[in-house]
Amino acid sequence: MFVINCPYCGERDQSEFNSGGEAHIIRPKQPTELSDDEWAEFLFMRKNIKGIQFERWNHTHGCRKWFNVVRDTTNDQIHAVYKMGEKPPKDY
Amino acid sequence: MSNYRINKTDFVDQTSRISFKFDGKTYFGYKGDTLASALLSNGIHLLGRSFKYHRPRGIMSCGSEEPNAICQINDETELSEPNVRATEIELYEGLEVSAQNCWPSVNFDIGGINNFISPFIPAGFYYKTFMWPKSFWKNIYEPLIRKSAGLGKSPTKPDPEIYDHKHVHCDVLVIGGGISGIMSAKLAAQKNLNTILVDDKNTLGGSTIIQENEDFKINNEISKDWLIKEIKELQKLDNLTIKTRTSIAAFHSYNYLLAKENLTDHLPKDKKNNSIRQRLWKIRAKKVVIAAGSIERPLVFNNNDRPGIFLANSINKYLNFYGVSCGLNNFIFTNNDSAYETAISLFEKGISVNMIDIRKKATSNIVKQAEKLGIKIYWNSTVTNTFGYRKINSIEIMKLSDDGSNVMGDKIKINCDCLGISGGWTPMVHMHTQSGGKLNFRENDQVFLPKDGYPNQISVGSCNGDFELDEIIKNTNRNIKIYLDIKNTDYDNLDISCSKEVEKRNIWLLPNYLPIGKTKSFVDFQNDSTAKDIKLALREGFRSIEHVKRYTTTGMATDQGKLSNMHALGIIAETAGVKMGTLGTTTFRPPFTPLTFGAIVGRNVGRFFDITRKTPMHEWHLDNNAEFENVGQWKRAWFYPKNNEDMHKAVQRESKAARESAGILDASTLGKIDIQGTDASEFLNRVYTNAWSKLAIGKCRYGLMLNEDGMVYDDGVTTRLGENHYLMTTTTGGAANVLSKLEDYLQTEWPELDVYMTSVTDHYATASVCGPNSKKILIKLFPDLKFDDENFPHMSFQKAYLDKIECRIMRISFTGEQSYEININSKYGKSLWEKCIDAGKEFDITPYGTETMHLLRAEKGFIIVGQDTDGTMTPVDLQMDWIVSKKKYDFIGKRSLYRSDTIRDDRKQLVGLLTDDPNEVLEEGAQIVADINKKPIDMLGHVTSSYYSPNLKKSIALAVVRSGKKMKGQKLIVPMENKNINVTVSDFIFLDKENSKLNA
Ligand SMILES: [Zn+2]
Repeated sequence: MFVINCPYCGERDQSEFNSGGEAHIIRPKQPTELSDDEWAEFLFMRKNIKGIQFERWNHTHGCRKWFNVVRDTTNDQIHAVYKMGEKPPKDY
Repeated sequence: MSNYRINKTDFVDQTSRISFKFDGKTYFGYKGDTLASALLSNGIHLLGRSFKYHRPRGIMSCGSEEPNAICQINDETELSEPNVRATEIELYEGLEVSAQNCWPSVNFDIGGINNFISPFIPAGFYYKTFMWPKSFWKNIYEPLIRKSAGLGKSPTKPDPEIYDHKHVHCDVLVIGGGISGIMSAKLAAQKNLNTILVDDKNTLGGSTIIQENEDFKINNEISKDWLIKEIKELQKLDNLTIKTRTSIAAFHSYNYLLAKENLTDHLPKDKKNNSIRQRLWKIRAKKVVIAAGSIERPLVFNNNDRPGIFLANSINKYLNFYGVSCGLNNFIFTNNDSAYETAISLFEKGISVNMIDIRKKATSNIVKQAEKLGIKIYWNSTVTNTFGYRKINSIEIMKLSDDGSNVMGDKIKINCDCLGISGGWTPMVHMHTQSGGKLNFRENDQVFLPKDGYPNQISVGSCNGDFELDEIIKNTNRNIKIYLDIKNTDYDNLDISCSKEVEKRNIWLLPNYLPIGKTKSFVDFQNDSTAKDIKLALREGFRSIEHVKRYTTTGMATDQGKLSNMHALGIIAETAGVKMGTLGTTTFRPPFTPLTFGAIVGRNVGRFFDITRKTPMHEWHLDNNAEFENVGQWKRAWFYPKNNEDMHKAVQRESKAARESAGILDASTLGKIDIQGTDASEFLNRVYTNAWSKLAIGKCRYGLMLNEDGMVYDDGVTTRLGENHYLMTTTTGGAANVLSKLEDYLQTEWPELDVYMTSVTDHYATASVCGPNSKKILIKLFPDLKFDDENFPHMSFQKAYLDKIECRIMRISFTGEQSYEININSKYGKSLWEKCIDAGKEFDITPYGTETMHLLRAEKGFIIVGQDTDGTMTPVDLQMDWIVSKKKYDFIGKRSLYRSDTIRDDRKQLVGLLTDDPNEVLEEGAQIVADINKKPIDMLGHVTSSYYSPNLKKSIALAVVRSGKKMKGQKLIVPMENKNINVTVSDFIFLDKENSKLNA
């Protein structure tokens, strides 16, 4: 079970959080303009990376804030956390 | 009966005698004994029968690695427990033990016949033999296998013991109280770090505590004496918590560990009462020091499993720790130096001992010491056979060929009553790998070792591959200094002298003059897998260790292969001609030793199993005979039976009353979300399918919420309380998820919106009064309020006061009847409810539960999200096109509503079904077909809701049917087990399609 460093609350047990899947997928501003394929790309396609992955987490049983996490999926090490709308602290 | 207790020790109190029963007979041991040491002191070796061949088996080790001596304790009582290792259970007054896996008794066991037919039980036997014919499995094979292959009996009564869970945080957790663990704990605590030291035994000291040989000295003291002083100093340290009888069950990522502490298992029966038996510690450690030690390896040779055959170091432990001699005429069979300590211990206590060593010679101090004492050593030799059915009585020895692949010369047969075996040592890397660590293979002595570099944990001592006393001390000291950033320690200048092993020789499967098929060389003692089985698996084409393991069941018993995994790997490597390090290991999964279910669930049993949410009116429901149903964690009143009514009768009465006069429902469990902010209207516009900007203050509107894939997610009525203030209701089960989903969009997609949300589900209690007389009841309760349709129309809201307590009244309806939902601060929920009941008395107001609610809404054709939908239904599928705004540019899920798949007109669509026989009620979930004779039958859909309607006096059902929209009037069939039910597709609104009742 991880310890996650919520950018608003600090280190907390994983049981307080929920994972929200891959990060930095932006909902299209004009969905009606998109073809079925383009919409499907947003709706269904995820990278499911083995290695460094950018993902969203929610401090569900805490401050309820969403934020981003950089996690290595091969060993679960969390390399960084940063707020929504921010860029990762460095290139991975 | 002879007494094998020949020695007084510091660890067993020979003044305090304890009686216990084994297989019905009373024996005595002492305080400090394990069941195993007490049995051995009574000369009892035979403890059970093996799993497959029912061979007699005895105690083999002195710890958690024990494969054979597993027994049933306190059988036939509520404290019955199977598969308990005799080597781990501390003796207590009143303990009753019985042997397992034997019938009728351990000395005469009918299943022993398997031993003689064993050529017919090779690896994969069960897979191969019991495959055919299929019909034989259930009635013949399975009961047969179960009866003869049982490992102990599960208890049949509830466990009366108390179990506990506790969370703890620490700077440093040290696993293992041997010499390296003791050193690490001391250094950590001296550095002012909050430290916990755990050990599964009742005393600290590991294997050094029995090291009494003068070849092993620290600062000129015998290593054991030095360690005892260290332990005494350790106990004085402030920052250190020592937990004995505590074993680590699991090591998860981020240094999260589970440890089971035994609190009362060692106490006499009359002192266990009402105290916690076991506590599961949930430990979060900043740093972890693994000092788990190592386990001695057996040797694999013909008939290496007889009672009286022990791991060599265990003989030493029984002797020096418990004062018990395992035999009086001992042979120690070894491939390494460590077993010589045991031999010398025995010799010095005047017990006969001889050595058999597969090495050609050895030149270390300890071997020289043995030779000087006159202990006979058979060099370059192996045991080729053992004899004695219930206990070993002799062995057969032969010389090894030069390359070790064969035996030669004469067979020497010698009497003995105990054989110690030592194949070297296996570091306990389980903890390291459980936490995600990887391993390296060290060719020199063929061990897997932790790869260093894993963050915030370190392995020290023999679990890290240090087997010599000086290496253990020096490396532990050096590594802990670096790990914990310590400059100088008490251990920097210790003077250590110890014997050092020089010659090494290892043969995983010792040779024999018999062909392998004629030998019984056990690799996994508990699961009865032999070297022959592993070779057979290789011949049949298995290569991966994970496959061989499963095919031969090696390492799959309750000991998880602690003694067998390395030999299995070694034999595979030797046979396949590959390097052992390239094979990898099997996965070490938690728990390290079996955990009781009690420890896992802790106090979460019975009514504490899960959280129970109750509405403020709950007590009233109880007082009024309600039956409850679970909706998520909520207890909801289901129906209120009167005069022994069954559910059907109660629901018929309740639903008739609600339509004909007045009914009242506890709707407090509905999710309620308070939404505020200048952009609240825009926000609702984006999350619901219909338009919200024009909803006037004081008005209510039904909304449907989709997932981004266009499928219906939740629904409910939202009320505009003010310019920038809404109250949203959700389904009971969906409340938390809806809030979470809305927060997601708000924070991540539309952070520019000025909107704030909070859950107020528990803040308000809700009584829903419905029926033609509901208005009259409300007028009595709120005499100051105007209830005429103009001032308080359907789908609107009024603020009101009930004895000065503010209420929100929504005139909304889920039944099709005129209906008012009164929300009040939950503190006053019960009082509100009682006032409604009181005011409704003259109209015979009838409380109704969720079942009647479901029936009433089905009559009206209102869907329940999650019952009539299943995550694959769009609003169009539900024939709710009217609620999907065509004008709005965007809302969650809109784009998906015209994907190629969602615009198909042959999707499953919501319809009504009427049975040709109006008294026939369909089963929910039943399949619907058109042509019963077509093969395979084409499934068109299924029934989602089905009731007998007392108001319509017929059976009604909702269903989802492929292309159902076009099928109105069509005949379909619902095939059931014994009959086919004829149905007709109908409109799904069965009652009052014109909504005349709402505004009556
Ligand atoms: Zn937080």
